[in-house]
Amino acid sequence: MTKPLLEIRDLHVAIDGTEILHGIDLSINAGEVHAIMGTNGSGKSTLTKAIAGHPDYTVTSGDIIYKGKSIVAAEPEDRARAGIFLAFQYPVEIPGVSNMYFLRAALNAQRKARGEAEASGADFLALIKEKAKLMDIDAGLLNRSVNEGFSGGEKKRNEILQLAVLEPTMAVLDETDSGLDIDALKTVATGVNSLRSPGRSFLLVTHYQRLLNHIQPDFVHVLLDGRIAKSGGKELALELEEKGYAWLEQAV
Amino acid sequence: MSNETIQSLAGQEYKHGWTSNIDADQLPPGLNEGVVRAISAKKHEPEWLLEWRLKAYRHWLTMTEPTWQKPTYPKIDYQGIIYYSAPKKKKEITSLDEVDPELLETFEKLGISLDEQKRLSGVAVDAVFDSVSVKTTFREELSKQGIIFCSFSEAVTEQPDLVRKHLGSVVPFTDNYFAALNSAVFSDGSFCYIPPGVRCPMELSTYFRINSAGTGQFERTLLIADEGAYVSYLEGCTAPQRDENQLHAAVVELVALKGGHIKYSTVQNWYPGDKDGKGGVFNFVTKRGIAHENAKVSWTQVETGSAITWKYPSCILKGDNSVGEFYSVAVTRDYQMADTGTKMIHIGKNTKSTIISKGISGGHGDQSYRGLVKVMKGASGARNYSACDSLLLGDKCGAHTFPYIESQNASAVIEHEASTSKISDEQIFFLRQRGLSAEDAVSMIVNGFCKDVLSELPMEFAVEAQKLLGLKLEGAVG
Repeated sequence: MTKPLLEIRDLHVAIDGTEILHGIDLSINAGEVHAIMGTNGSGKSTLTKAIAGHPDYTVTSGDIIYKGKSIVAAEPEDRARAGIFLAFQYPVEIPGVSNMYFLRAALNAQRKARGEAEASGADFLALIKEKAKLMDIDAGLLNRSVNEGFSGGEKKRNEILQLAVLEPTMAVLDETDSGLDIDALKTVATGVNSLRSPGRSFLLVTHYQRLLNHIQPDFVHVLLDGRIAKSGGKELALELEEKGYAWLEQAV
Repeated sequence: MSNETIQSLAGQEYKHGWTSNIDADQLPPGLNEGVVRAISAKKHEPEWLLEWRLKAYRHWLTMTEPTWQKPTYPKIDYQGIIYYSAPKKKKEITSLDEVDPELLETFEKLGISLDEQKRLSGVAVDAVFDSVSVKTTFREELSKQGIIFCSFSEAVTEQPDLVRKHLGSVVPFTDNYFAALNSAVFSDGSFCYIPPGVRCPMELSTYFRINSAGTGQFERTLLIADEGAYVSYLEGCTAPQRDENQLHAAVVELVALKGGHIKYSTVQNWYPGDKDGKGGVFNFVTKRGIAHENAKVSWTQVETGSAITWKYPSCILKGDNSVGEFYSVAVTRDYQMADTGTKMIHIGKNTKSTIISKGISGGHGDQSYRGLVKVMKGASGARNYSACDSLLLGDKCGAHTFPYIESQNASAVIEHEASTSKISDEQIFFLRQRGLSAEDAVSMIVNGFCKDVLSELPMEFAVEAQKLLGLKLEGAVG
């Protein structure tokens, strides 16, 4: 059996001394798409931040194994350079820094860390043009400051653009669907689907089943009060849509 | 950011803190009429200039040191300062080969090559070491177009009429305490004259370096753009690391005649003092430009050094349709303080001014923007736009804004915007998640914040300034 790409073992995570995740076990193989669903406050975002290494989120026990190595002590940039990507629920603005400049700096920081050649101006321009077209992002947006004055939909599409440019191995999407109208949702889904590959895994965090109509997951997990209450195939998402989360709460 | 990262980054030290071992010809510390006369005599000055210095000195004696500024500092002992210090010349220098090699090395270390290879980068340099101009490059080439670019002392000898006409015309010696002191004891500086209709083909640049201990630096710069002329000028400053505070009280006067345009850029990196606030340069400078009809005076400053920066590069918009601009980035960290801004005095009709000020504070740094926009009775159609933004790194620093607006003309339009923001942990985390190091993340955010100002700098210096900001801010986020 091949080893999983990402393995989370009995993970406990606290913020400011308050434990939010009370022992998560999750195993993601290369090429798989996993969805995490759950109510507000169930710990979904906490899980994504813990994987990416946000300094405010403390792993109190358990482990996160990525490509066979524990990463809980790794700096966020080292995780990113190793291929872990987080699409943020609320992308921040960086005034005065053009989207294009930022993307190239990020790409080259990662390439440099991996000992690869940095992208030249011309190569990068060609790359970004291709990826922007995929995400239906116009050139104007590329030259504006990162996320500054972007609409909610533009911010989310911009996250997926970064995903497309950085080509991570493990992509974690935190509620990328929230706040999107149906057209934007489709664009985002098309972008993500086009990036699916045998070597790349996805962890989609979402509130609603509707994203999963467009991105078909291999597995669905339900998070309740910091624990995985139930795991199943994509049919579990439909069941949740129908019954809500209450029956699971009672079951736990 | 993790504590460790902050700790390791906070160790970044001032890179220009070394001293050079160069024989100096110095006057003993202290100030009296004899010292003023001695400086004038050492420079073989004409009688009128000595008289001017003495008048300034006597006026200075009647003045008291101002106290309205926000930064406070220990009392300056004016009798403890050396007012003249020059690298000892063995004989008259005629070529670069004869300059003290140690001195050349000093400038090499600073990244300022006085060598002819500087030709390639197309920047003419005047280097001022302690108080004396060491070498001005490209003089002959510039002179073909009638451009005069030389040390102030040479200008006094070679262009007495121009100097006499304009010296003190923008900043009279009665202007303020430090300007009066400078007028009495200034030892050198840069002089530049661009004849009518000439566009100076290269960036002109002066690098100032304080070396000797206990010396003050009192240089004087005078730039004149004649009718329709254009010049872009840059000054850069560094000083060695010393425990005592050193006073730098310079005066810069800009004269833009009808249709003339002067762009003056500063990248100031004087020694800021150590982490606990010991030592550092007091940068108390008077800079002012006058713009005649259709003329333009534009100040751009990147102030990262000095224990205290206290200056207000200003524009007197005397002629109709004249334009004044002030673009500023000031950084204070550790125990640095800055009280800086500008004055825009609208006298002519349809005069326009723009003020963009970006203040960045980290550590225990404290800074104030202080600016005056004054519209006189006759300045109908005057227009000003001011934007003052502060960025705070950490929670022990301070940012203050003191905008003064005085309008005597009802047709004037004056706009003022101000904002204060903090670098957020979420911004830093976002950039790190994309693969940038913590330092690069901070540097990117800060450079973005300063973009409107950095884009005003001449290209080659914009890159330098960006790097400097990056270095300056490493570890400043807590």
